[in-house]
Amino acid sequence: MEILDILLSANFWAASIRIATPLIFGVLGALICERAGVLNLGIEGIFTAGAMAGWMAVWLGAGLWGGVAVAALAGAFFGMIHAILTVPLGLSQHVSGIGVTLLATSMSYFTYRTALPNVSSPPRITPFQPLDIPFLSDMPFLGTALFSQTALTMLALFLVGATAWVLYRTPLGLAIRAVGDNPSSVEAQGLSVYGLRIGAIVVGSSIMALGGAFLTMSAFDAFFFGMINGRGWVCIALTVFASWRPGKALIGALLFGAFDAFQVRLQTEVGSFLPSQVYLMMPYLLSIAALIVVARKADYPKAMLTPWFKGQR
Amino acid sequence: MPPEAKRPSSPNPADLLLSLAGITKKFGPLIANDAIDLDVHRGEIVALLGENGAGKTTLMNILFGHYVADDGVVLVAGENGDMVPLEPGAPQAAIDAGIGMVHQHFTLADNLTGLDNIVLGTEPVLRLWRDKATPRRKLNALMAESGLKVDLDQPVHRLTVGEKQRVEILKALYRNARLLVLDEPTAVLTPQEADSLFATLRQLAQGGLAVIIIAHKLAEVLAVSHRIAVLRGGAKVGEISTADADRRSIAELMVGRDVPVSRRSAKTPGKPVLQLEHVTIDRGDARRSLIDASLTAHEGEILGIAGVSGNGQSALAQLIAGLERPDRGTVRIFGETITDFDARKFSRNGIARIPEDRHHDGVIGAMSVAENIAIEDIHSTDLQHFGFLKFDAIRNRAQTAIAGYDVRCPSPDAPARLLSGGNIQKLILARVLEKSPNLILANQPSRGLDVGAQAEVHRRLLDARDRGAAVILISEDLDELLMLSDRIAVIHSGHVSETLPTDDINRSELGLMMAGHSRHSPDNGPAPEGTTA
Repeated sequence: MEILDILLSANFWAASIRIATPLIFGVLGALICERAGVLNLGIEGIFTAGAMAGWMAVWLGAGLWGGVAVAALAGAFFGMIHAILTVPLGLSQHVSGIGVTLLATSMSYFTYRTALPNVSSPPRITPFQPLDIPFLSDMPFLGTALFSQTALTMLALFLVGATAWVLYRTPLGLAIRAVGDNPSSVEAQGLSVYGLRIGAIVVGSSIMALGGAFLTMSAFDAFFFGMINGRGWVCIALTVFASWRPGKALIGALLFGAFDAFQVRLQTEVGSFLPSQVYLMMPYLLSIAALIVVARKADYPKAMLTPWFKGQR
Repeated sequence: MPPEAKRPSSPNPADLLLSLAGITKKFGPLIANDAIDLDVHRGEIVALLGENGAGKTTLMNILFGHYVADDGVVLVAGENGDMVPLEPGAPQAAIDAGIGMVHQHFTLADNLTGLDNIVLGTEPVLRLWRDKATPRRKLNALMAESGLKVDLDQPVHRLTVGEKQRVEILKALYRNARLLVLDEPTAVLTPQEADSLFATLRQLAQGGLAVIIIAHKLAEVLAVSHRIAVLRGGAKVGEISTADADRRSIAELMVGRDVPVSRRSAKTPGKPVLQLEHVTIDRGDARRSLIDASLTAHEGEILGIAGVSGNGQSALAQLIAGLERPDRGTVRIFGETITDFDARKFSRNGIARIPEDRHHDGVIGAMSVAENIAIEDIHSTDLQHFGFLKFDAIRNRAQTAIAGYDVRCPSPDAPARLLSGGNIQKLILARVLEKSPNLILANQPSRGLDVGAQAEVHRRLLDARDRGAAVILISEDLDELLMLSDRIAVIHSGHVSETLPTDDINRSELGLMMAGHSRHSPDNGPAPEGTTA
């Protein structure tokens, strides 16, 4: 059975986790914003900005982790724009988010073209290398599938736990969950609705930007136009799939990664009697199918999309 | 009526806790609060009484820092007993000063448990862990002391309205509130729950807590308070000790005019308009379903449906409005069996509805008053021609309605959301009654309205009945039901009781039936008048 061979190979799982990594960052970021009650459709642009900024910083001479920091800052910057427009000004979160996506994407391309006016193929950097952890990386199966990923993947997995901890085990998480459900409850308890929401959007956006940075600094080694290719939008859907829970977000991202890794292998194994585009469609179609099953029962954060103004009850 | 609360021997000036001095707040041309003074002492329950729009809620929002007053100061007793000004516009300052507020619309996050809602904001925000044991101990002690019992580990959306209110009060007590402000606390409670709330408040006051209760139901205010301050049109028009107060004079103080009392005249009902026979709408949960319900509403009668909200009223109302089809059973209108459940068809058959949530289901806030008045009739050729609206006709109709029903609005073109609750209800009455409907479904028509607007709703419904319409009045207000209805049925957990003539039934009996006791059952005979559950 070819299919079973694929599913049992460590390489397949390594690829799944690799493909899932940017999505993990993206879903976590989107989930934090939405838990606080704000939809962040700037995600696609923030991915692009993170990818561009991180790579550019490294190309200009920063260290890899310096690049990661620059990517996070770029995300925070665009998150702040979205936060100011949607929280104190209370503008439409859809419109503002799409605006941020257009702005961040265009600014990234513009910066890239301005810095490199005449190149046809982008300069390459030395990206994050697969980890070589003594003992762990040599384990059969798991060593290849999990412990030979790059440091950014480990960071993504760590952030899943950290986000879950903050949301469910700390006073801050309690306040974020409350502000996304009923901002008045937060105000009545003397906490700042604006502060919480702005903070959540800024932090969420910088985590999203890391997803972009992973693409140019770990999965690939250069920045290309159009390289985000809808990954941000997938994260928005995965957030619903995950019912706004970090653990389920990880599962959703892995599922998508597995579908994607599977279709690539299927193409080579089964051959080309189907056009390759059909294979490419597979993860998206399966995501839609999964969403239909899960999202019909989705329990949105109740205050999501609703602007809140001081003095309003 | 429960016995009057004991009045503390005249308040000691040293016990002064809160002093509002010359509070003035304007919203554009509207003066919401006009130089209001109010003192509150420890252990005292002060009722703030007034019609809707009298400025009660505005005043309390200033106290709690949601609004900033244009003029005047709020003084709170400091540590050493001196009166210190409270920082305006800062809820946190009010909380720190020991002021706790229970809003009419609860400020609870539904996805969190009661405990989480109470603890929210009391822990250092950036701590990396949470301590649930200490708050739980403190809350258990508070619950034992005050008699406020709630399951703290249930997500709030699973709690009943009464339980949510208890969580709100606990929230204030947990923060060591010295002054508790309750905005219309009984609006959503059953009579029994309200009585138990009052008992709790009295107990808390005896322990030294000061309470301000915002209300417009006179009976409750007389039952629970020590002192009554009356607001009208933004100004304080009177303040009396409850012991010296009488119902009629306070009502007049509140509305500034004699309150007309509706009295229904004897009338023989005509032929049946709406008949439900063994109708079941199954929504899984009994409290949202209708189970084997049979009812008949006749021409020229008001049929009251008593019950605590959330016992199947919404299913019944949806059914009568044509929004829901029954799973089993027969619905007849003028004897004809209905097979096609369609709201528009029902409306054409002369069934009009006054929805329960008038803001949400009664008007479209962004549309103008005129459009809202026209909206149910928009297919009629009076208002449109080949799909084009006749603006003049719509405007004329609106002007007639506004004048005839005394809808106070800036203009017919103003968006409906700007209207107060009472005026929205008048708008809905105008829309509904102008069509001379055969059946009026009035779902909680006077809930949240002030005395004047309530009387207006009652008069209009009685007029419609006298004209020969059938009225189905779904209400939680027993006084209203007993005053208006010719016959009353009780709905509980989806079951509709037999219909009883109003003259054969009394208040406490109804109260027990609303709580699920069947009539004349041997164990739970009707309780004597005046007892509380």
